[in-house]
Formats: sequence, structure tokens, C-alpha cells
Amino acid sequence: MAAYIAKRLLAAIPVLFGLTIIVFLIMAMIPGDPATAILGSYATPENVAKLNKDLGLDKSLLEQYFIWLGNLFQGDLGRSYTLNRPVLDEVLERFSATLILAGTSLVLCSILGLLAGIVSAVRQYGWADKIITLLVLIGISTPSFWLGLLLILIFAVNLKLFPASGMYAIYGGGDLPDLLYHLTLPALTLSVVATGVIARLTRTAMLEVLRQDYIRTARAKGLSERKVIYKHAFKSALVSVVPVIGIQAGFVIGGAVYIETVFQWPGVGSMLVKAISTRDLLLVQGGVLVVAAAYVLFNLLADVVQTLLDPRLR
Amino acid sequence: MTDTALTAQAKPKQKSSRPGTLALLLNNTLATTGLVLLVAICLIALAAPILPLPDPDVTAPANRLLPVFSEGHLLGTDHLGRDLLSRLIWGTQVSLAVGLSATIIAAFFGSLLGLVAGYAGGRTDTLIMRGIDMVMAFPYILLALAIVAVLGPGLLNALYAIALVNIPFFARNIRGITLGLSRREFVDAARLSGKSPAQILFIEILPNVLPVIVITMSTTVGWMILETAGLSFLGLGAQPPQADLGSMLGEGRKILFTAPHVSIVPGLMIFVLVMSINLFGDGVRDILDPRLRAGSLTRPVARTAVERGNSEVPPPSGQAALLDVREMRTEFQIGTSVYKAVGGVSLGLKDGECLGLVGESGSGKSVTAMSIMGLVPTPPGRIAGGAAYLEGEDLFAASDKRIRKLRGGSVAYVFQDPLSTLHPLFTVGDQLKEAITTHQPLSGKEATARAIELLSLVRIPNAKERLSAYPHELSGGMRQRVCIAMALANDARVLIADEPTTALDVTVQSQILTLMNGLRRERNAAILFITHDFGVVSALCDRVAVMYAGRIVETGTTEDVLNNPQHPYTAKLIECVPVLGQPDRRLDAIAGRPPVVNNLPDGCAFADRCPRVKPDCRTGEIELVTSDGERGVRCLHPLSEGAAA
Repeated sequence: MAAYIAKRLLAAIPVLFGLTIIVFLIMAMIPGDPATAILGSYATPENVAKLNKDLGLDKSLLEQYFIWLGNLFQGDLGRSYTLNRPVLDEVLERFSATLILAGTSLVLCSILGLLAGIVSAVRQYGWADKIITLLVLIGISTPSFWLGLLLILIFAVNLKLFPASGMYAIYGGGDLPDLLYHLTLPALTLSVVATGVIARLTRTAMLEVLRQDYIRTARAKGLSERKVIYKHAFKSALVSVVPVIGIQAGFVIGGAVYIETVFQWPGVGSMLVKAISTRDLLLVQGGVLVVAAAYVLFNLLADVVQTLLDPRLR
Repeated sequence: MTDTALTAQAKPKQKSSRPGTLALLLNNTLATTGLVLLVAICLIALAAPILPLPDPDVTAPANRLLPVFSEGHLLGTDHLGRDLLSRLIWGTQVSLAVGLSATIIAAFFGSLLGLVAGYAGGRTDTLIMRGIDMVMAFPYILLALAIVAVLGPGLLNALYAIALVNIPFFARNIRGITLGLSRREFVDAARLSGKSPAQILFIEILPNVLPVIVITMSTTVGWMILETAGLSFLGLGAQPPQADLGSMLGEGRKILFTAPHVSIVPGLMIFVLVMSINLFGDGVRDILDPRLRAGSLTRPVARTAVERGNSEVPPPSGQAALLDVREMRTEFQIGTSVYKAVGGVSLGLKDGECLGLVGESGSGKSVTAMSIMGLVPTPPGRIAGGAAYLEGEDLFAASDKRIRKLRGGSVAYVFQDPLSTLHPLFTVGDQLKEAITTHQPLSGKEATARAIELLSLVRIPNAKERLSAYPHELSGGMRQRVCIAMALANDARVLIADEPTTALDVTVQSQILTLMNGLRRERNAAILFITHDFGVVSALCDRVAVMYAGRIVETGTTEDVLNNPQHPYTAKLIECVPVLGQPDRRLDAIAGRPPVVNNLPDGCAFADRCPRVKPDCRTGEIELVTSDGERGVRCLHPLSEGAAA
């Protein structure tokens, strides 16, 4: 097993390198001359040439990439000109907030999605199944940013049950209950779509598994229906649902961009949106890179979990 | 075997309606609703220029933030006094156009990449697919953000970004299908006729891939609308004065607390639009999904439904048998047709006796075996009549709890394919111990000891180490031994073995048979042995019953039936068995196929394939004529006349 995990980790390295190449290329494709953009159109050609040299832009693209990569390995992602602080510091600080939000949502959508999917499959064509199917359809069709606004209107403005924005109370906040209090609405909003997707796939996976010969064997042994469904069928279904949860992690992290903006959550997503509108491209680059790397690692984790569940994959 | 029997019978599928009509009707109603909504929205959005609407961009500060249902402004006005209804309809037009364009761009480039990668194969394929993998390693929206960051905010740039991040999705789907198609004969033929790769790709392959492209588009267009609206919502898409639904929502957000309707209305529109697309898409997918059509995604319940209706329950035969099946009928309802898989089967088993149940695939022997303990999947199966008595107890009338106690307890099963009948994710030991502890109150340690004992009993070497093996780590013969050990876990009185040796090679087969025979003698258990192989029958069984089209056509002691078959079908079956040392013997296949059991002919079901058929064979009900209690034959003109009379 350890050997397998090591193998998977090694296999992730080229993917991570691929990420750096894509991120670098995207940024290198910025139209126009950065030096002119920074210095303004009245800059003298000498000044432009000097800045180009300072920025390393007079070198070939390949050289630029390796210089950039070398800096990256030393933890140097450049400086954000709008915040005037190192990009990495800002990104990591923001990323922890995103991780709390997205992680909670991911746990929520996994639990709710699996439960709904199982109930739906077990009560196939019954009322519970129909209601869940309809809810799933509504869930995956709802724009999350709009749902966030609705929840703010209902639970923050009208019922005053939860705060409308932020991660901690400005005065006297900062402990865990305060965090959970602020986390509830954004985490719920963020998990809706992924819950729907997971529920749908769990239902199909369960229905497929319940027709297998080994389920008949389990019944022929005299097992109770509860054991047949929750032990024998569920374990098999989980093997096909786990990779989907891994993929959903990408959608949850991506969706966090909207939710963080709506709820003013101090994460990478809201940072990115701000950085794009202020053209702070180094900050965008750093944010995208860190989040994408985290996503790759998370998918790796999903792979390992799947392998733990299914001995045939080892 | 149940499955093979089922498919064999279900094959000549008619125009059958799908199961759970109500649910599917609901699905279709939803799909229709979706389509109607979608068409309505599209028509209204297209008609925007000719509708009597105020100009969506004309500001009127005096009328700012009018609520919904105000006079002259059905949906009210926004913070600049612009009419919301008009803005909504124009905005819908923009959102639809952007979402659709993004879908078309993604589909075009994605399909192109997929076609080229799938057809070219080799290094081109690897290069393209690695690139695609890299792009897919990004969280989707993040990549779109990075692209917008570079291109700068704007509706067109948002469109490009969303299209670009969706290209991999199309490329992957289309590549897979192209890969399959490019190995097909018609492509080879085109290649041999000297067509260029481009010609083959676009004239031969593309038309076959097109439906898949269209279906993929219909499932992604909803997403694309949602995502472009999202970028606009963040202020990265449509820039004022241009407005799509997303940017309206984004602007409304700033005044959420004072005028919620300004943001709720466009959001609701996005929701309805995407929902209608998804409803329609789901409906289409359901209709196209062959698994749903065949009902193979219907969940079977724990026990076969018993619907004996008003038919009389036949009493026990009174021959003091251990297992006594009387006039059992099992049917499958598939669509509107009823397949009578088992049409009134009676058989009995005494202690320590082995009865062979023989017949071709689809003759109903497996269904007979499964019916006894209610293991036929419902839906579509049901027991429609008759009775099965275990020591006098009517199994079809017993409670679920009682049946669970008997399953694996007094009556144990061994199934055909040990790879598919053992759970792949649990160790052999876990599955064995589970079989033990379900029926015996043993501690974990005692159960382990018992499991080892059982594995040794079925002659598995290193029994203790084998406990931690997974089924896929064992050979076919070993797996079947595990299944037999599992069946023996609780001293079953009746062992029902459904072709337990069919999936095994001949040497292993004979070992398994010897094993089962020995266990029968040691434990005095009765065996119902299902097979299509007379060689196996002669080695193991005391008596034999031959099944055809859901009925027993001949029964008797093994010796009698083998040496002196009365029914022409039995005789034909025996002729199919090769005999060692008789190389000149003719091996006759039986011409024709067994009849489909949803439409059995009058009279003898074998008549169409029988060499001795006479006109009276095709009329009326033919009884199983029994003589001296043991021997019976269902034939008007048996092979040696008089013997059965």
C-alpha cells in the first residue's frame, strides 16, 4: 500500500509541472508590453528597455520559465503591487479561509449526497425517491451566487439567524463557535450543486450494484436487508462515487469564487476577483497556482481512498 | 444463471413499455414541461425587438426602484429607473446567445481535437490527451478566471474563457467514440479505397459521432449559461451598459437590502432557464438510455413477490419429502408481456438424496431453484402459483424473517460463477464468517476457527492464510470451494447448486463433484443439482428431472432415464454428450431454439423441434404420465410405447 501511494505521488509530479507551464504560459500571453503598461505611454524607450531587462523580459520564453520556476521553488511568487506584500504570504493566508469553507462544503455534500442517493435507490420510484430526484434537479440548476443572496435575505435580513457576511465577528469574534456561525450559510450554499451531483451518481451506482450476483449471494446467506444495502451494496457503490467526490472538489473550490464574493469571505476566490479587476496579475497567478496544486493533491487522495476500498486496484 | 435465463427469454423483445410506468410518465411530463418552458423563453427572448417594451437602457431617475407590479413596470425598475421586465428579456437574449455560442465553440474545437486524437492514435493522441489532462487538472472555474484575467473583463472574453475550459470535456468524449469507430470495418474499407485521412474523418466518422456531439452539447449548454452568468455576476463578463442576466444580478446585489427584487428577478430567470434545459436533457437521456428502457436499473426487492391470487394452493404430496415443490409457477412481467419461466413444476427431495435438474439455457431450471427461497428478482419476477414445502412448511406463506432464517440456514445455495457471486471488496474470511455468524451466535474468534475448519473441509490448502485473501486472488476452483464452504456453514438440510461447475475446467469440475458427493454422504444433506450436462448427472445424481420451456418433461432414476429415455427431448439431450472411447458416435445438436415462454404454443412445447411430432401433439394439455411413482414422462408418443403407460 505504501508503495502504491508513493507511486501515485510520483505520478502527480508531472501533472504539477504541467500546471506551472500552463499558468506561466497564460500569463506570458498577456497582450501588449508589460513594461509599457507599467511605465505608461510617455516612457522613454531607454526606460522601457531597462525595465524589460529588470523583469527578465528580454530573455527567451524558456529561460523566463526556468527563472520563474526557480523562484517558485524558493517560495518567491513575486510581489503584489496592489497590496505591496509577497504574493505567497497573501495567497496562503487567503487559502486557509478557502480551505475551511470548501472543506466544510465538501464534507457536507458528501454526507448529504450519499445519504440522499441511497434513500433514493432503496425507495426507487417511491415518494422519497421522487422528492429527492426533484430536489436534486432543482439543486443542480440553481445559480449558487443567486441562492447565496436568497439565503442572506431570508436568514440574515429577515430572520436574523445568521450573519450576512464575513468569517469572524469584527468585535470579540475569532473562536470556533463564531466561525461556525459565520460558516453556516456560505458552506450550505456552496454544497448544494455538488450534493445534487453526488446524490444522482450514488443512486445510479446503488441501483447497478443491487443487481449484482454477489448481492443475491448476500441475500441467499440470510442477511438482513439492512446489511445487504448498507454493508454489501454501499461499499461497492462507494468505489464508484469516491472519484466523483474528488472531481466535485474542483467544482466546490471553483464555486467558492462566487460564494466568497457573495458572503465577503476572505478567501482566495474573492481575492482573485479583486486582483483581476485591479490587474494585479502576479496575485492572480499565485492564487490560481496554489489552488490548482491543492486540487491535484486532493484528487490524489481520492485515488488512494478508492484503492483502499477496492483491493482489485492494488 | 437467473440472468442468462432471463435474457434468453427476454431477447425477442417486443415494443415493451418500460417498468414503473407512473415514474417514467412523471419523468416524461417533466421533460415535456422543460421543453415547453425552454421554447417559450427562447421565443420571448427572440421576440424582444418586436414586443411593446420600453427601451431597456433608458434611465428615469424619478422612477428608480419601483417595486414589482408597479403601474407600467410589471417587474418594477432598477436603481436607474430602467424597466426590469424589458432588461430581463433583453438580458435573457444575451445570456442565451452567449451560452449557446460558448457551447458551439467548445463543441467545435473539442470535437475536432477528439476526432484527430482518436483517429490518429499514437504520438498525436498521447500529445493531445496529455495536454487535455493538464487543462483538466485545474478546477474549471479557476482556469476561466485566469483566462479572463489575461484577456481583461468583457462579455466576449468571458465567452471565450468558458468555451475554452469546456473543450477538454468534448475532446475526451469524442475521442473515446472515434477510437472505437476507427477500428471498424467501414473505416478500413474507406482507407483501402484510397481516401485521405481528412476524408475518412469527416465523411465516414463524423456523421457517426455527430449525435454524441449533439447530446453532449445539450447536457453542457445549461452549465455554460450558468458559468457565463457567473462571470458577469462577478463583474468580469458583460460591462455596462451591456447587460446579461448575470450582470443584472451583480448590479442588483449592491442594493440587495433595499430593493431585493432587482437581484431576485434575474436570478430566478437564470434558474428557470437552466432548469428547463436540464429537465429536457434528463428526459432525453432517460429515453435514450438502453438500461432504463430494458428496466435493468430497477432495484430488485429482498424477496420474490408471491401473487398466488385465487389459485388453489396445492397441498403437500404426502410422500414425506424434505423439500416438496408443488405445481410452482414463476413469471416475469416485462412490459406488457408475461414470460412464464416456470409453468407448474413439481419435484421432491428426500434426506441425503441428489436430484439433477437438467435442461438447456432458458428452460427455467435456475428460476425454479431461485423461486424456492424467493431469490428471483422482483420486479420483474413473481411467483404466480403453487407451493414449496420445507418439512411441511409453506415457504411462500412464511414471513420475511422466517425466510431469512432459512436462507443460508436450512437451505443453502451454490451459484454458477464464483467470481461474480462472491463480493469483490470483502475478504473470503469476512464473507465466510458473516455466513456463520448470521445463523450462529459465535464470537469473532470462534467464527474464525469455524471458517478455517470449513475451508479445510472443502480441501483448501493453507486455510488460515486464505481467510485474508480477496476473491480475485483465488483461482476459479478455489473460489467455488469457498462458495461451497459458505453453503455448508450452517449444516444446511438442502443444498441448491445452480450449475456450480459450469464455469470451471474439467479436472477442477470433477474435484468439486467428488467433494459435493462426499459431503452429501457425510452430512446426509439433500442436493438439488442444476446442470445442462448429463455427464455430471450420471456421476452424482440419484434421480433426474428434465426441464423444457418451464416444465418437467421427464423424470425418473438417473439410470432409468439415461439408459431408457422416453421423451424425444431427453433422448436428444443425451445424444449431445460425447462418450469417451466412442469416436464414431454422432454428436447431434438439437435443431432450432427453445420456444419463447411468453407465447407458448398449444400442446407440446417441443413439437416444433421434435423428429417424431404428430398432429395430436399440437393440441390440448399434455399431462406428465407417471408410472410406479418414480418414472414420469410428458409425451403422447414416447420413444418406447407402453413403457410409461
